[in-house]
Amino acid sequence: MKPKRIVLNVIALGVFAFAVFPVYWMVLTAFKPTKEIQAETPSFLPTHITFTHFSTAVNADGFWSFWRNSALVAISGVLLALIVACLAAYSVARLKWKGRQGFIVMVFVAQMTPWEALLIPMYVIARDTDMLDKLPMLTLIYFMMTLPFTIVTLRGFLNAIPPDLEEAAQVDGCNQFQAFRRIVFPLLAPGLLSTSLFGFITAWNEFAFANLLIIKEQDQRTLPVWLSSFSNTFGTDWGATMAAATLFMLPVLLIFLVLQGRVTSGVAAGAVKG
Amino acid sequence: MAVAQLERTAPAPEPEPPARARRGRPRLLPYLLIAPTVLGMAYLLIYPLIRNLVISFQKFGIAQLIRGGADFVGIDNYRAIFTDDKFWSVVGRTFAFTAINVVLIMVLSTLVALLIDALGKWMRLTLMGGLVLAWAIPVLAATTVFQWLFQSQLGVVNWVLVALGFEQYDGYAWFADGTSTFAIIVIMIVWQSVPFAALTLYAAITTVPKEIYESAAIDGAGPVRMFGLITFPILRPMFGLILCLEVIWVFKSFVQIWVISQGGPGDATLTLPVYAYQIAQSLNRYDLGAAISMVTVLLLTVVLLAYFRQLFKEEGEL
Repeated sequence: MKPKRIVLNVIALGVFAFAVFPVYWMVLTAFKPTKEIQAETPSFLPTHITFTHFSTAVNADGFWSFWRNSALVAISGVLLALIVACLAAYSVARLKWKGRQGFIVMVFVAQMTPWEALLIPMYVIARDTDMLDKLPMLTLIYFMMTLPFTIVTLRGFLNAIPPDLEEAAQVDGCNQFQAFRRIVFPLLAPGLLSTSLFGFITAWNEFAFANLLIIKEQDQRTLPVWLSSFSNTFGTDWGATMAAATLFMLPVLLIFLVLQGRVTSGVAAGAVKG
Repeated sequence: MAVAQLERTAPAPEPEPPARARRGRPRLLPYLLIAPTVLGMAYLLIYPLIRNLVISFQKFGIAQLIRGGADFVGIDNYRAIFTDDKFWSVVGRTFAFTAINVVLIMVLSTLVALLIDALGKWMRLTLMGGLVLAWAIPVLAATTVFQWLFQSQLGVVNWVLVALGFEQYDGYAWFADGTSTFAIIVIMIVWQSVPFAALTLYAAITTVPKEIYESAAIDGAGPVRMFGLITFPILRPMFGLILCLEVIWVFKSFVQIWVISQGGPGDATLTLPVYAYQIAQSLNRYDLGAAISMVTVLLLTVVLLAYFRQLFKEEGEL
């Protein structure tokens, strides 16, 4: 190998180590016996693996109900966004109407909403409408957080599907809805899947609103909020804390792995055609 | 999440709607289809924004929250925050925080993107895999693990620093000091932001035709000159977009700061979004919090306008 290549590879390994280390350390700590975690000299390789911390985390008060709450609000918010976005994306990609341009611009603007600035009014609104401490309120917010992105990507996918296909189906006697359901929908399915997985990640990770809007009903909390107060639950038990963080990260990581090859290319293909 | 729009390169003409649909359908259908979206936006985006604006012109404390009937007080809230020295120091800190983060993110991600481009296949895939891993970690998992990394007694960072000979870091309490807490939050945000920017820039770099570099190399141009004369000018719009996105994301970062330090210790990590939240939550001054939020939105709008100008120029017709 040429010396230049070697230098580049060494730098690349350094960057790789820097990028990966916090994640590696989290997972490693989660699997380490407490004695090793508290050792004077930390060990950087998994020598003794234990699952104690994971069972501590899973058996912690309310873990499963927080897990269920998180999954529930994320999935219902994303499903709602998917249905609503399907309708809007079809209208934008397939029909011609006055105000379409304006609508698209509005969606793009909505995608950049500074949600952090809406915390106070959302709190007041939730309080006024008796929606404090209620998961449906979070569902609605996550629906709106993911909706603009979902519309933009679905529109990209729809534009990539030639309208001739539907026209042919309509010539063969399908009506507009049947043409959509039988021709477009199957072609759109991978796009729907990847878009909804991205939306799921957004909702699964959301902390600020979950923290603000669920106050009194502690068993209605979601995983990120629970994790943020890990010292209340685990004290200085860093093994259990890291195990909880690992479990929280796991679904997101799985989704990223699934999306990596197959669907990111789909997103790109759909978007390039845009 | 913005990959989709960034990766969009050539705007294709909108497909014509099917002739049959245009002829036979009532003109109402398109509007019915977007109605749920419009209603959702009206109630969950526009209404809260207006409500925020209204609250910022009212006297709105805990009493008004419970009983309702808030009185309008004109611009009193804005006058109160604008005459408060603390507000201006928070504004200054927010700009400094944004500048430090964004400069680090842009420089590092450009270097990493060029590095990826220069690597062989296996090393490139390894590095990209590592970046995706750092990108994928949820913010809350990141804040938790960074608290562990920088823990005073058992934290691995202190151990490494002591092992390298910096004895003063033995048991050093990072989160007790303003500057070091600020630094940790910066490191964490940069660490989480570089992967997206680097991978997007790398994707853009691969679109530059290799022949241009070859002919430049024949003319004797070195790597630095090639970046300055070829890569950067060609990819300038992409750099502009990522710069705007990073400015927006960093400027409004709330969760990282709130979870790690709640704006403290002292006010060392207090930025505008955190300040607005803090003043509303702990002091029950929803009116002042709303006014600070409005200032945040206005400042962000300036950057957003630049972003959209760039985006729409890139995309051509929507």
